[in-house]
Amino acid sequence: MKSYFFIILGMAIVTFIPRLLPFVLMSKKEINPTLKRFLNYIPYTALGALIIPNVFNAIPNHQGAVFGGIITAIVLSWWKDNIILSVLASVGSTFLIIQYI
Amino acid sequence: MNKCNKKEALSALKDALPIAIGYIPIALAFGIISKTNQLSLLDCFLFSFMVFAGASQFIAVNLISSAVSGFQIIFTTAIMNSRHFLMSASLSTKIKSPRKKLLPLVAFGVTDETFSVLATKNKELSVIYSLVVNTTAYFSWVLGSVTGYLLGSFLPDAVQASMKIALYSMFIAILVPSMKKSKEVVILALLSGGIHTFLNFTNFIPQDNNLIISIILASLLGLIILPKEDEGEVKS
Repeated sequence: MKSYFFIILGMAIVTFIPRLLPFVLMSKKEINPTLKRFLNYIPYTALGALIIPNVFNAIPNHQGAVFGGIITAIVLSWWKDNIILSVLASVGSTFLIIQYI
Repeated sequence: MNKCNKKEALSALKDALPIAIGYIPIALAFGIISKTNQLSLLDCFLFSFMVFAGASQFIAVNLISSAVSGFQIIFTTAIMNSRHFLMSASLSTKIKSPRKKLLPLVAFGVTDETFSVLATKNKELSVIYSLVVNTTAYFSWVLGSVTGYLLGSFLPDAVQASMKIALYSMFIAILVPSMKKSKEVVILALLSGGIHTFLNFTNFIPQDNNLIISIILASLLGLIILPKEDEGEVKS
């Protein structure tokens, strides 16, 4: 089998640099308030874009099950702030719909 | 390890569990496609061990099997994973550490998922906590990849399929409680998801870049439309 070590190494480097750079650049200085606001928004804009729209196609050919899983996750996490519970229940309900409906 | 660190580590382990649950089926799938595309077990392991970036690993294996040049594969990876720059930048303001030497280790483990768990914690993060979250996710990813290569898909199809919802439900379970507490979070998340949907729909730019563009655009729009109070401390 061919070895792809150098491709993997190259990918490792270009992936690590953007992960590392901000920690090196920003850990000391006081940051500009507008930049700080921008950075504070990122967790929420990232979550929004990570969920929508890809979640609707999470399991090809099982849109109904996906929908059930999403609703379960939303309702449970609204009711109780317990991530593990929401994830397990969501996977469980998705499974039940795939299996039995 | 002193008592306080131990408590931090345990709560990190608990918080990372949903990531591990979500990573396992994807990692298994990565092991399986590595094998079907004639990669060696060592390469499959090294991919997950050295790169630790799900989507770009899948794309790389696909490109390798269609004989695309190494340079182009690395270039595609660089563009795709540049989004982690934003995530690390956002995290670096939250982790206050006297032990700077450990920060590169934390940085190595920044993924969409570990970032989502860490960045939405309503407190300053310790290096121990961050490291345990990232390492737990990392081990599930590496072990899952190797297991998938060796054992194939030993999970029943319906289980494997339904576990694909896990990471999304984790994102939802992180986001919804914050949305409940803050109208700003609702606006930011919906704005960003809306932009992402629009970009995917219109096909303006290569799909791989839509995620990072949506995050940047929505955050910039947030600067314009949201009030400035508390230096943008999103209350959640």
